[in-house]
Amino acid sequence: MHEKQRLRRTMMFIPGNNPGMMRDAHIYGSDSLMFDLEDSVSMAEKDAARMLVYNALKTIDYGTTELVVRINPLDTPYGRADIEAMVCAGAHVLRMPKTERAEDIIECEKVIEEMEIKHGIPVGTTLMMAAIEGALGVINAYAIATASKRLIGIALGAEDFCANMKCQRTLSGAELQLARQTIVLAARAAGIDALDTVYSDVNNEEQLLYEARLIKDLGFDGKSVINPRQIAPVHSVFNPTQKDIDKAKKIVAAIKEAEARGSGVISLNGKMVDKPVVIRAQRVIELALVSGIITKEEVESL
Amino acid sequence: MELLKAGMAGTVESGDILVEVEKTGASGVEIALDSTVMGLYGRRIREVIEQTVAECGVSGVKVTASDKGALDCTIRARVKTAILRACDSSDYGWTVK
Repeated sequence: MHEKQRLRRTMMFIPGNNPGMMRDAHIYGSDSLMFDLEDSVSMAEKDAARMLVYNALKTIDYGTTELVVRINPLDTPYGRADIEAMVCAGAHVLRMPKTERAEDIIECEKVIEEMEIKHGIPVGTTLMMAAIEGALGVINAYAIATASKRLIGIALGAEDFCANMKCQRTLSGAELQLARQTIVLAARAAGIDALDTVYSDVNNEEQLLYEARLIKDLGFDGKSVINPRQIAPVHSVFNPTQKDIDKAKKIVAAIKEAEARGSGVISLNGKMVDKPVVIRAQRVIELALVSGIITKEEVESL
Repeated sequence: MELLKAGMAGTVESGDILVEVEKTGASGVEIALDSTVMGLYGRRIREVIEQTVAECGVSGVKVTASDKGALDCTIRARVKTAILRACDSSDYGWTVK
């Protein structure tokens, strides 16, 4: 079983038929890589891309990076073969595009399970995520998010969503507000991650930062990126600030002190610390730790 | 598998290899290779092509390849795709690591 809960600040798209990008995609430090067999691959090249990603995943050492593959929908001639190939290749997560109903997830899971059994892989090994790219998917977000225990998260696909909604993407993101909030709400209620859509103008870092801050404030866990240059700006938004870390350290130290006293009441500077504050502080410390801002030793010494 | 027609896969972009396979009258595998890294890796690329053709269970094949610094896994993928296309086959042979 691959890690269901982990850091997913960035998920970088790699077109599935581009071996040059596949070779060193992991060196830029995105938390996840998403190899695409769907929209970035023409119909005439679906077989070639599938074979290429299969061989790359079986050969290249991507270290601790999470390996996600966006497969073609099951109602296309490519979906089943994509699933069999990627289950065998050891992809950590299969991303289902254009998910509209819980049944889409259930149907895909059946095929994944069938392939795991066929190839002697423990059932449940391959995880899933769902991309929501239309109005119906947003309306059914919670049903989708709870359709399988394999799901690690749900993601917004904004381009298809806007086409479906008959609207354009704007700088403010007003057209995505309800979809984003619905998706993050559904993900939190289901206990899985909420992942935001791409921002496709790689030369506009200011707008990328604006979007990253917006979705972080909404509660998202991370954002899809299409270029290595977009990784550091998104991480800079998701990484906790020194002020956040200093505050969290004090709270964590207070928790330890309360535990040492055998007390369930945590207080800091004479004031009681509420449970949500404790949870947030612990999350800041975890994030700082996995982001490499603080060390394990620092946390243990608190 | 038997080649029914010529088959092609890959591109001439950096890190890729363009592979064309066609049937010959003779047995065995004939390879015409052009590579940007011929001096260092020419022999290795030929080995990978030969192994992949053998794994696909075909013979009497000419492989024409134009390599732009592809990794072994890319060479395997492109040769296999070209052969499957030439054979009109969907026998991908997926296996676990």
